Amino acid sequence: MAPRSRRGGPTVHPGAWWLWALGLGTAATRTTNPLLLGLLVAVSAYVVAARRTAAPWSRSYAAFVKLGLAVLVIRLVFAVVLGSPIPGTHIVVTLPEVPLPHWAQGIRIGGQVTAEGLVFALYDGLKLATLLICVGAANALANPARLLKSLPGALYETGVAVVVALTFAPHLIADVQRLRAARRLRGRPDRGLRGLLQVGLPVLEGALERSVALAAAMDARGFGRTADVPPAVRRTTTALTLSGLLGVCAGTYGLLTAEGGVYGLPLLLSGLAAALAGLRLGGRRSPRTRYRPDVWGARAWMVAGSGIATAALLAVCAAYDPAALRPGVVPLTAPTLPLLPAAAVLLGLLPAFVTSAPEESA
Amino acid sequence: MIRFENVSVTYDGAYEPAVQDIDFTVPEGELTLLVGPSGTGKSTVLGAVSGLVPHFTGGTLRGRVTVAGRDTRTHKPRELADVVGTVGQDPLSHFVTDTVEDELAYGMESLGLAPDVMRRRVEETLDLLGLNELRDRPIATLSGGQQQRVAIGSVLTPHPKVLVLDEPTSALDPAAAEEVLAVLQRLVHDLGTTVLMAEHRLERVVHYADRVVLLPSSGARPVLGTPPEVMAVSPVYPPVVDLGRLAGWSPLPLTIRDARRSAGELRERLADIAPVNGRLPHGDTSPRKDPNPRPEVPAPRRFLRRRTTRTAPDTSTPHPAAAVTALAVHRDRVEALRHVELTVTPGETVALMGRNGAGKSTLLAALVGLVEPTRGSVRVGGAVPHRAAPRDLVQRVGLVPQEPRDLLYADTVAAECAAADRDAGAAEGSCRALVSELLPGVGDDTHPRDLSEGQRLALALAVVLTARPPLLLLDEPTRGLDYAAKARLVSILRALAAEGHAIVLATHDVELAAEIAHRVVVLADGEVVADGPTADVVVASPSFAPQVTKVLAPQRWLTVSQVREALSS
Repeated sequence: MAPRSRRGGPTVHPGAWWLWALGLGTAATRTTNPLLLGLLVAVSAYVVAARRTAAPWSRSYAAFVKLGLAVLVIRLVFAVVLGSPIPGTHIVVTLPEVPLPHWAQGIRIGGQVTAEGLVFALYDGLKLATLLICVGAANALANPARLLKSLPGALYETGVAVVVALTFAPHLIADVQRLRAARRLRGRPDRGLRGLLQVGLPVLEGALERSVALAAAMDARGFGRTADVPPAVRRTTTALTLSGLLGVCAGTYGLLTAEGGVYGLPLLLSGLAAALAGLRLGGRRSPRTRYRPDVWGARAWMVAGSGIATAALLAVCAAYDPAALRPGVVPLTAPTLPLLPAAAVLLGLLPAFVTSAPEESA
Repeated sequence: MIRFENVSVTYDGAYEPAVQDIDFTVPEGELTLLVGPSGTGKSTVLGAVSGLVPHFTGGTLRGRVTVAGRDTRTHKPRELADVVGTVGQDPLSHFVTDTVEDELAYGMESLGLAPDVMRRRVEETLDLLGLNELRDRPIATLSGGQQQRVAIGSVLTPHPKVLVLDEPTSALDPAAAEEVLAVLQRLVHDLGTTVLMAEHRLERVVHYADRVVLLPSSGARPVLGTPPEVMAVSPVYPPVVDLGRLAGWSPLPLTIRDARRSAGELRERLADIAPVNGRLPHGDTSPRKDPNPRPEVPAPRRFLRRRTTRTAPDTSTPHPAAAVTALAVHRDRVEALRHVELTVTPGETVALMGRNGAGKSTLLAALVGLVEPTRGSVRVGGAVPHRAAPRDLVQRVGLVPQEPRDLLYADTVAAECAAADRDAGAAEGSCRALVSELLPGVGDDTHPRDLSEGQRLALALAVVLTARPPLLLLDEPTRGLDYAAKARLVSILRALAAEGHAIVLATHDVELAAEIAHRVVVLADGEVVADGPTADVVVASPSFAPQVTKVLAPQRWLTVSQVREALSS
C-alpha cells in the first residue's frame, strides 16, 4: 500500500473546520426546535464519521457527545428540582416542597413539575448540547495544535502554552486510569471514589514531571530563540500595541454608550489596525519559520462557507418565521420540521462531499 | 568538538558533587560511549553537553564545557540547539507535536530555516531513518522502536554537529535496537556527526564505539580509552567481554566475530563437557515437572502464521500456577492476543519475548486481571483473575509493572512497607524484612522517588512479594538496570523459583532470559510462535541468541556462568 501524504490529497485548513463547526453551533443557538437541533447533530456526526482520521484527537467527538448529554441531563434535573419559570397546567408529578424562609422568596425546591417546564428545559438543554457537540466536531476534524501554525509569530509562544495545557488533560486521564489499575496490583479496590482520591497525588506528580521534561526537550530544540531587532522597531512595536489596545477599549466604550456612536466605530477600527500592525512587527523578534503551512484553498472556502451559510440562513429564518424555529411550550404543541431551515441545516453536509476522505489506516 | 575542562557538577541540596574531575575531549566524527554503573552521573555529563545542566536542572557547574567552540556557560540550551541534538531516555517526553512529519520539522521551525530547506531535509531524514511509511502517523500510535527513530530524526533535521543520546536502545527489542544503532553508525560514518551516548546494554553498543569514557564510581575520575582498553578494567562489561576475560583472550574481543576467532581452543576444551541439553547450570532450580526434555520446537517462523499450538497438558501437576487457554484479547479494535495457550507450573521461570507491541504486556495484564479476555480463559491458581476481588488476587498473583513507580504511593519506604503489609494481610514487618533483603542499606525515611531505577524495582518487587503470590509476573524488569543490579535481580529471582514461585517475565533482554528462564515463549503479532526450553528456542533464533551462544555455537552454552562452572569442575 502506497501511503499517501496527509497533504497529498489536499487537506482542508483547520481554521475552515472550526469556522464550519462554529457556524453550525451558531445555527443551533438560533432555534429550540428539537427536530432542527437533532438534524444539526446528525449533520455534524455524519461529517465527522466520514472525514475524521485515525488520530487520537479524532476520538474527542464521542467525549463531547457524552458531555452534551450530561449537560442535558443536568438541565432536566434542575428543572425538576428547582422548578421552572414556565407556567404550566399539565402536572407530571408533585415533589414534596422544601419550606424556605421568607427571604428566599422566588426560589423553591421541589413542588410541582409540569410537562411544559420539562419540555422547555429539554429544548434549552438540547440547544446547549448541540453547541457542545459542534465544538467536538471541530476538535475531531482539526487538531487544535495545527491551528497554531496559523497564529501570528508574536503570539506563537502563548499559543504553545495553551496547547500544552490542553494536552495536559488527556494525559492526566490516561495516568489516572493506569494508576487506578495499578491499585489492583496492590490488592486495593480499583473502583470507587477513594481509589480515585488516593491516586491523585502520584498522578499530579507524574504530570508535573512530564511537563518539566517536555519543557526541557523544547528548550533543547530551540524553542524560544529570539532574533535581534533594532531598538527602534522594538519601541514602535510597543507603541503600536499599546495605542491599538487603548483605541479598541475606547472604541468599544464609544459604541456601547448611547451618545458615542459617532467616534466609536472609527476609533475601534483604527485601534484594531494598530494592534494588528504591532503584532506583525512583534513577529520579527521570533525567527520561526513554518513547515508546509496549511493553504486556504477552494475547499476551505466551501467548508467554511457551508457553516457560515447555515448560520446566516437560520438567523434569517428565525427573523421571518420565529414560530417554526421556537415551537411553543405553552400551550404544548408538537414541533414540526420547517422545510426551509431544514434545507439550510443540510447545507452543513457539504464538507462531507467536497473534501477528500482520510486514508484508512490499520 | 565536545570539550570538558575539569568539570564538576553539584546539584542544589546535594552534599557531594554528582560528577567531578571530568576532563576529556570528543573529537569530531567519533562515536563515544559513556559507560558506568547506575548513579555515577552519566546523565549529568550528557546534560552538560546540551546545556540543560545547569541551565535547566539548576545546580552549580564548575569548570568549562564547550561544544563546537561555544561555552555552555554563556549559551543557553536553545542557543545550542543548532549544534547539539539531544534525545533523552524516554522518547515520549521528547515530542512536542502530534505527527511524525511535524515532529521532524519542529526543530528547524524553531531555528528559522527556510521552508524549502525544511522540506528537503524532512524528506532526506524520512529516508535515512526509514520513516517514510509513517510520515502521517500520530506519534502516540507508533511502537517503541519507531518512536525512538522519530526522536533521533527530530534532532537530526537541523543538522547538528553533535548528537547526545541517553540509553537509546534500553526500551527496544533486539531487532529495533539494531535498527537504531545502524542509523547512528551511518550518521557517524557518512555525515561525520559526533555522537556521545550512554547505554547500559553494552552487548548491543560497545562494538560500535570509537572510544569509551568510563565513570567507574560516583565522583571518581573518568577513564578514557579505546573500547578494548576500557573494557579490560571496567566494572560493567558485556557477556562477550566476560567470556574473553574468563578465557584470558588478548586482545579482548568486543564483537562476536572477534570472539569466535579466538574461541577455537575454548570450544575444544568445552567439547567434552557440553551442557546437558543446554540447561540447568544452577543446581536445583529445575522446574518440578518435566523429567524428560521437551520435544524439539521449531524456530519462530514468520510465514507460518497460525501454528498448531503445543498444549502439552502436564498431568503430573494438578494445579498449574497459571493456565491460559485459547486466549484472545481485543483492545481498541486491535487484536492484541489471538489464541494464546500457556501453562506455567510452580517453580518454573518463563520468559516472554517478542518485538515491541507483540502482546507481551497484554498477556501479563490478562494474567493479573487488568484486561478482560475477549475469548478463551485465564486461570491463576484456580481463580479467574479479572473477576477475583483485588484482595484475594494479590495472594495468588503479583505483577511488577514496567514502571515500578506506578505501584508506589507513599512518601517514605517505611510507609510503603506498612501499607503493603496491610494490603496483603501479612504480619507487620514482613515487607520491611523483604526490602532489607533485596535492598540493603536503604533508610526507612527515603522517598521512593529518590531511589535509583534498580532500587525502585527492588522496592516494588518487595511490595508485591509481601503477599507471597505463587505466581510472580515482571514486565521488562531490566530496563535501566546496570549489570550489578541485574545480577542481584537474577539471584533473587532464582531463589524465588527455587522456593516454588512460578515466574513469568516479559523482556527484551536476551541475556537475562538466558540466565534465568527455563522456558522461552516467543510472541509475534499476538500469537505464540515458539514455546520451548530456553536453549532450544534461543539457540535457533539469531536475534534472541545470547552472546555466549553465538560465540560458542554449535555448542549450546547460554551464559558465562555456565561456562565458568564447567571449566572449574
